[in-house]
Amino acid sequence: MTVTSYRQALHDALREELLRDEDVLLMGEEIGRFEGSYKITAGLLAEFGAKRVRDTPIAEEGFTGAAVGAAMLGLRPVVEIMTINFSLLALDQIVNHAAKIYGMFGGQARVPLVIRTPGGGGQQLGATHSQNVELYYAFVPGLKVVAPATPADAKALMLAAIRDDDPVLVLENLALYNTSGEVPDDLEPAEIGRAAVTRTGSDVTIVAYSRMAVVALEVAERLAAEGIDAEVVDLRSLRPLDRDTIIASVRKTNCAVVLEDDWLTYGIGAEIAATIGDGAFDWLDAPVRRVAMAEVPMPYAKSLELAALPSADDAAAAIRETVDAVARRR
Amino acid sequence: MPRTTTSRTRPRSAPTAPAADDAPSAAQELAFYRQMVFIRRFEERAARAYTEARIGGYCHLNLGEEATVTGLMSALRAEDYVFTNYREHGYALARGIAPERIMAELYGRSDGVSKGWGGSMHLFDLEARFMGGYGIVGGQLPLATGAALAIDYRGGDEAVVCLMGDGTTNIGAFHESLNLAAIWKLPIVYVIVNNGLGMGTTVEEASAEPELHRRAAAYRMASARVDGNDPIAVREAAATALASARAGAPFLLEAVSGRLKGHSVVDPARYRSREEVEAARAADPIAGYAARLLESARLSEQQIADAERDADRAVAAAVAFAEASPHPDPETLFDYTYATPVPNDSRRRPGEALFLAMPAASTAASVNGATA
Repeated sequence: MTVTSYRQALHDALREELLRDEDVLLMGEEIGRFEGSYKITAGLLAEFGAKRVRDTPIAEEGFTGAAVGAAMLGLRPVVEIMTINFSLLALDQIVNHAAKIYGMFGGQARVPLVIRTPGGGGQQLGATHSQNVELYYAFVPGLKVVAPATPADAKALMLAAIRDDDPVLVLENLALYNTSGEVPDDLEPAEIGRAAVTRTGSDVTIVAYSRMAVVALEVAERLAAEGIDAEVVDLRSLRPLDRDTIIASVRKTNCAVVLEDDWLTYGIGAEIAATIGDGAFDWLDAPVRRVAMAEVPMPYAKSLELAALPSADDAAAAIRETVDAVARRR
Repeated sequence: MPRTTTSRTRPRSAPTAPAADDAPSAAQELAFYRQMVFIRRFEERAARAYTEARIGGYCHLNLGEEATVTGLMSALRAEDYVFTNYREHGYALARGIAPERIMAELYGRSDGVSKGWGGSMHLFDLEARFMGGYGIVGGQLPLATGAALAIDYRGGDEAVVCLMGDGTTNIGAFHESLNLAAIWKLPIVYVIVNNGLGMGTTVEEASAEPELHRRAAAYRMASARVDGNDPIAVREAAATALASARAGAPFLLEAVSGRLKGHSVVDPARYRSREEVEAARAADPIAGYAARLLESARLSEQQIADAERDADRAVAAAVAFAEASPHPDPETLFDYTYATPVPNDSRRRPGEALFLAMPAASTAASVNGATA
């Protein structure tokens, strides 16, 4: 067991896969000589050379699509898109091509592609650099979308994504890169499509992913001191969505709060709330609450940015209100 | 600084055109003629099946493009890869895919090349290295570029041919792809099939540089324009382009031909003047090629009759096969979402509930929606 940062865990996964499989190559803007905007690929150009750690022009549609085409011929490209905001420039290649090629041609061509990209606000990067648009990809059958919250999951899900024969988008998070956690030395690839109960409890279910899954654990610890015993479900995989794990928890706790960094209306939390309505209606003792970003383009000024982003306090308040509502009902 | 991104340490092959430089033999000319006639008849039959509602969706035909199709595909090696857009039946036929399986795909049947999942716009056959028709204008360009990257990565000797229409040269993916191919020296030939029209918008209206092959200059890429109504000229130009690509110098080739019908089967093309349509008919590549060969006694009236009769028979056989092929079984609906099976993959039919409405005797029983 080693304590490692989320950034280092991602780096280690990439390096191990480059060593393990000649067909693995990295592509993206400034990942080589510049070593990546967030330094995930630091040192890899020197170790593996420009053939396998390939700087691309600033052309997301072109290089993402080229990675799809290379994957169709059996390579296993790992594309870095500098932030998820820029992935919108490659939307056609991701949604209309990567996600469709296996099905549209009746299973004749596989697309073993990984797209790594961070989301997340809170860095004062303003409206176009602070979005959480993973929903756009989680909406699309044919894609797999994973969202690790811990260094161990970052590594295990990245290993799984690279070895998977389908296009997998790995949602990283700017605010998580410097967080640390234990990573087993002999870590195996995770199973894509499974959520995890990261804290057991009996009073309320907190459902979250990525950064908010970390916030959820912090809030749960804080509320434990107040006598609220929260269970935390970390989704880990946004597509496929592990509905059974969510429902099993809510049927036990009888109420739920969803924490998400994206916008509320039509967001990931809306799907979770609908799932709970489908699978735990008869067990619910309070409406499902969603704690999500304010529905504005992210402002630059720190005071406004803080007001827009969901915080641990926001989450704690919503959970207390939900538990109170359950108590009134009983 | 020398480029270090390519895996190649030597040129794939000498940058000279292969046998296509030689004058074609009489047998080759006859084969070309017969293939052009076959494509013509296949497409005419597809149009009829479409108007009879045997074929659904969109249906774009290669009518008027037969010389370009035949010339281009004849210059390829068996191991080369082809990416096209949605106007691709002829290319698939010329690549050697059984016409029965192509027609069955148009009919949406289980014996179709894409098992009925693709339709007219999405033909695919790995064995023929026919890597797909694509329905989004320009979508195939980055993919084809990436295929060339994979070839280069492995140091292979294959090349990629990527077809597109004239309208595609205005989309961002065109420019991003040509730039990538040029900086990475990829073995790829981009081919613009210029029929002068997007759907109804002309090249002159849409393109600030209407001599489309000149756009390669922005990427210091070699390029050429060729008469797309002359299969021999197209084959020679393609051979030159492929030799260049195999040697690490990607190429942009523009083949100029006419479109004999509307953009798709249902398009009456009212936006074209009678003169324009007459001009396209006058330049009909099959009639023109036949006239040239007849004039020099390299083709006989009997051979023309044979070609038409054989084409009709083969097309009729393809239709019969398609008609007899079973519709895909609805039970196979979820077979091609993912190549690597994944837990919780949804296999829910439209009206099914995700979970039982009332608690089951034992709790936490999920039905239908999620299976491990």
